[in-house]
Amino acid sequence: MTSYPDWWKLIFGRFTLEAIPYHEPILIGTFAAVLLGGLALVALVTRYKLWGYLWHEWFTSVDHKKIGIMYMILGVIMLLRGFADALMMRGQQAIAFAGNEGYLPPHHYDQIFTAHGVIMIFFVAMPFVTGLMNYVVPLQIGARDVAFPFLNNFSFWMTVGGAVLVMASLFVGEFAKVGWLAYPPLSGAAYSPGVGMDYYLWALQIAGVGTTLSGVNLIATIVKMRAPGMDMMKMPVFTWTSLCTNVLIVATFPILAATLALLTLDRYVGTNFFTNDLGGNPMMYVNLIWIWGHPEVYILILPIFGVYSEVASTFCGKRLFGYASMVYATVVITILSYLVWLHHFFTMGSGASVNSFFGITTMIISIPTGAKIFNWLFTMYRGRIRFELPMLWLLAFMITFVIGGMTGVMLAVPPADFILHNSLFLIAHFHNVIIGGVVFGVFAGIAYWFPKAFGFKLDKFWGLLSFWFWVIGFYVAFMPLYILGLMGVTRRLSRFEDPSLQIWFVIAAVGAVLIAFGILCFIIQIAVSIIRREQLRDTTGDPWDGRTLEWSTSSPPPAYNFAFTPIVHDLDAWADMKKRGYQRPLGGFKPIHMPRNTGAGVIIAGLATICGFALIWYIWWLAALTFVGVVATAIAHSFNYDRDFHIPAEAVLREEDSRSQLLGKA
Amino acid sequence: MAKAKAQAQAASVPAFYVTEDEHEHSGGSTMLGFWLYLMSDCLIFAVLFATYGVLGRNYAAGPSGADLFDLRLVAINTAMLLFSSITYGFAMLAMDKGKQALMQRWLLITGLFGLAFLAIELYEFAHLIREGATPMRSAFLSSFFTLVGTHGLHVTFGLIWLTVLMVQVSKRGLIEANRRRLLCLSMFWHFLDVIWIGVFTFVYLMGVLK
Amino acid sequence: MRIFRILPILPLFALLGGCQMVLLGPSGDVALQQRNLLFASTALMLLVIVPVMALTIFFAWRYRASAKASYDPDWNHSLPLEVVIWSVPLLIIVILGAMTWMGTHLLDPYRPLNRISAGKPVVEAKAGGNGVRKEPLVIQVVALDWKWLFLYPAQGIASLNEVVAPVDQPIEFRITSSSVMNSLFIPALAGQIYAMPGMQTKLNAVINHAGEFEGFSANYSGAGFSDMRFRFRGVDDKGFGDWVQGAIRNGSTLGREEYLVLERPSEREAVRYFRDIPSDLFSAVLNMCVDRAKMCTRDMMALDARGGGGKEGIHIVAQLEYDKSVRRGGQPMPPRPFVTAICTPTDVYGTAGVTARAAN
Repeated sequence: MTSYPDWWKLIFGRFTLEAIPYHEPILIGTFAAVLLGGLALVALVTRYKLWGYLWHEWFTSVDHKKIGIMYMILGVIMLLRGFADALMMRGQQAIAFAGNEGYLPPHHYDQIFTAHGVIMIFFVAMPFVTGLMNYVVPLQIGARDVAFPFLNNFSFWMTVGGAVLVMASLFVGEFAKVGWLAYPPLSGAAYSPGVGMDYYLWALQIAGVGTTLSGVNLIATIVKMRAPGMDMMKMPVFTWTSLCTNVLIVATFPILAATLALLTLDRYVGTNFFTNDLGGNPMMYVNLIWIWGHPEVYILILPIFGVYSEVASTFCGKRLFGYASMVYATVVITILSYLVWLHHFFTMGSGASVNSFFGITTMIISIPTGAKIFNWLFTMYRGRIRFELPMLWLLAFMITFVIGGMTGVMLAVPPADFILHNSLFLIAHFHNVIIGGVVFGVFAGIAYWFPKAFGFKLDKFWGLLSFWFWVIGFYVAFMPLYILGLMGVTRRLSRFEDPSLQIWFVIAAVGAVLIAFGILCFIIQIAVSIIRREQLRDTTGDPWDGRTLEWSTSSPPPAYNFAFTPIVHDLDAWADMKKRGYQRPLGGFKPIHMPRNTGAGVIIAGLATICGFALIWYIWWLAALTFVGVVATAIAHSFNYDRDFHIPAEAVLREEDSRSQLLGKA
Repeated sequence: MAKAKAQAQAASVPAFYVTEDEHEHSGGSTMLGFWLYLMSDCLIFAVLFATYGVLGRNYAAGPSGADLFDLRLVAINTAMLLFSSITYGFAMLAMDKGKQALMQRWLLITGLFGLAFLAIELYEFAHLIREGATPMRSAFLSSFFTLVGTHGLHVTFGLIWLTVLMVQVSKRGLIEANRRRLLCLSMFWHFLDVIWIGVFTFVYLMGVLK
Repeated sequence: MRIFRILPILPLFALLGGCQMVLLGPSGDVALQQRNLLFASTALMLLVIVPVMALTIFFAWRYRASAKASYDPDWNHSLPLEVVIWSVPLLIIVILGAMTWMGTHLLDPYRPLNRISAGKPVVEAKAGGNGVRKEPLVIQVVALDWKWLFLYPAQGIASLNEVVAPVDQPIEFRITSSSVMNSLFIPALAGQIYAMPGMQTKLNAVINHAGEFEGFSANYSGAGFSDMRFRFRGVDDKGFGDWVQGAIRNGSTLGREEYLVLERPSEREAVRYFRDIPSDLFSAVLNMCVDRAKMCTRDMMALDARGGGGKEGIHIVAQLEYDKSVRRGGQPMPPRPFVTAICTPTDVYGTAGVTARAAN
């Protein structure tokens, strides 16, 4: 390594030209593709003079619907990155046998599995879930926006900031090589001295701020802004599960923030929280991170349970079976999810009584979860089931998820966990619940609410293709992993000795390719749907004969969502309104009070991201500058009292009249 | 005729939308939202307290709290923060009565107490570090500096916020938005006080007990 | 339609016969009992899973819109049904919970074995009885970067990346690690347990069949992790005696100096044997004081329990540093001038931060 002069270190910190991985063909190829794609995108946006539109209508928007859509787009983009990592891992494991090193040395492979986990959880699943909640919850409760619209915009851009840092690690420096939860002492300064671990810490810290604030925001929205008449037990199930999820977010993400901060101090200042020496205790990190980590999986799955509930009752044309027990099950899961974290490390040797306590609490969670499955099952009973895409995803979920639930309970038995822990069986299990649960549900949610967001349905042919590729691909990719787990194969290995294992890895790789086709078909589905949007157009605002309030307004909904705030009388408010002859108000509109767009969120989050980047590379002057910038912008923003405006009654009238015309035509 | 029909319908069909009042905007939710934020902040402190609880006796053959803490200094420090809470309370009373100038004066006094608190804390830290009891010395000192320092950082941000609010009140007066912000800062300030009571008892008092 | 989903999987079952699922057919009694628990819990859960899957498919087919089956859009509650859907899983979990409680205590890795295998309890030797009490063979395990060191204190030998034990002999592993977390896992023998620096975990197990089995680290520990494998051999008593003699004959010396060299990160180490091992080596590894310049964590903790070393102890840092000295890659950790320079006029690390590990 060439040595750099002091002025270089002063300006660029520990950044050196060697940090650019120009000797790695895969990365340079990716970088070239991203660069070309990015340039093409920039050129297109400039050519069609869309910058102003994007900035004013989207980036600075405080409209929960637009923010929700942006979250979903972020999720899709990061899914491509995370899945590329998955394909590379599957490829490596399929060929690295009996002396063949494969094409990924540990230095590269270890970054990939870390990045895959981090990206899929924090920057794919979380944006998807947050995006759905952001879009749907205010509409479902008859509100015009979330409680803190500016905060919502800021939260989104902080999440983007974290994603940008993770992506930057691909081309500048490296990412962490520690596994997605970064156990110390391996992740400490002594054993991971490079920038990779610091990318991990700052990316998660910045994104975590956004997630926590968005949790606060949605709780306040659900608690304070429900339409009159919607008491707690008349809230749609998706809103209920969202509420529980956001309670979990607010109650756990600060723990993640504090834990990562302690590890950051260990790495930057040289404190001794999680070191081996001077009194540090690495086991404490493992406990703390899982006190966040276990509720995190429920943060992902609970709102998706809500999606399935909405889908089940809509497409079975029926009230949801056992609404009350669904709600209680959700609340019980919320509480219990705090009492199970130790099951992630039974093998740490905590002793039999502690292990069995946590094993049994884990099993208890399967009771409310089982009750939920039965509720969906009996929602189908005596229904009139329409096999639209969301319903197909629900069925695939029910079949797949129970397998994942079963293997989960197997892992919850401590002695069984001793043989299955950290094995590919475990990998298969959590992909079984996350793909079979969360991902299927996200696709169900997208197919279900897409017509609401854009005014036209998604193309069914490509949707079906995507569905079958995903479902079959999932089984082909992960059933072999269950088998490999039972053959005693552990996770995170980059090469193998026993050639009899290879066939299973090859099958799993084929499965991964099938899933890749599923993703491709999904993207084609979106493109085809946009092209064929006139044929797929829905003018009613209620294409599925929906049951909750979001279907009572137009598609896409006007900026103010509802010209008049609805009054709720029954659980399935919109079904009730349709049944009792609700007449859409055609006049008498009043000016509507709405929040004004602001660029402060983008600027603060952008500065925070640069600050994170500067801290990763020890560029202290830039870190200090951007940090002051963050505080100064926040203060300057607080001097702006002119944050809202009124949509004039005439504008509302115009908007509603145009809808009346559409409805007349339909 | 049409009117009669509409009336008949109105009798059988309940109202499905609100025609009169505006749906409440963020004002009503701000207090709840801020409270939720405080609870999340409280969890950060909970983690730091728990960390201190686990590591607080790991002196790594180095000095313990009993060797290092100067209780008199900490008592003065505690008094500063408690006084600042009281004076903030007076400021809020003045705000309720609409006495802006008086409120500003109380806020200024609150800020001065807060500054004194920070100054004493920084002096204590500097003193410890000069003696060699740095955060790097032992897990006990790591968790001590982090817990107390995080509280100090909160006080610092509280002071910046206080200053900003004083400027805003002087520019705009006691308008609704400013009152709301003052109430939020009030909750924040008292929250820091409560946390400090925990720090004082748990870290300092129990730390000097052998 | 749904049934087609499993079609692609069917031919795979043919493959299953060809592979050896070591977890389902282990050679050690502990692993066997763990597997039995796995089977029992699976069977219990299938009681619910199978009907749910079948009903899902049946209801989806029966109540499809085109079937014009009975339709009851307002039916959404049934007390008896709700009682069933909550109580059946509850019942299963109660049974499973009881099994878990007992199984976890019986198969606690810390618990000395009470049987060699089914029907062969570990008891006091009595004339005519088929049970023979055997003191467990103690094997001390150190997870190094990236290889395994096994110390046999009673035999006075050690081996690298190979561990041998007599068949039907209770074994007590005492496990620690030199740097980061690993997990000792021999699937054919027993479940795994973490190996953690500065801490000791235990695993009691027994091998019932002679043979060669695979062992490895089951917790990612860095670049050389994939090759952190070793052989576990179950042999008869004579074979074990021969192996020990062989190690004594062919082994090299493993003193503290040699250990500190061995401890440095390396990958794919061949099997090696050692003799002349100081009896306190494992304890020194555990207490992170193989390097005699270091204070043992045991002593440090004793001092801490008495209230620490006082202000006089402030500057004894070099003796306590472990991670912060020479670690991964053999590079000394760079000192952190930005902190020390700002915060302290005196160098808190002294020269220790850079030059520890004089022994190397």
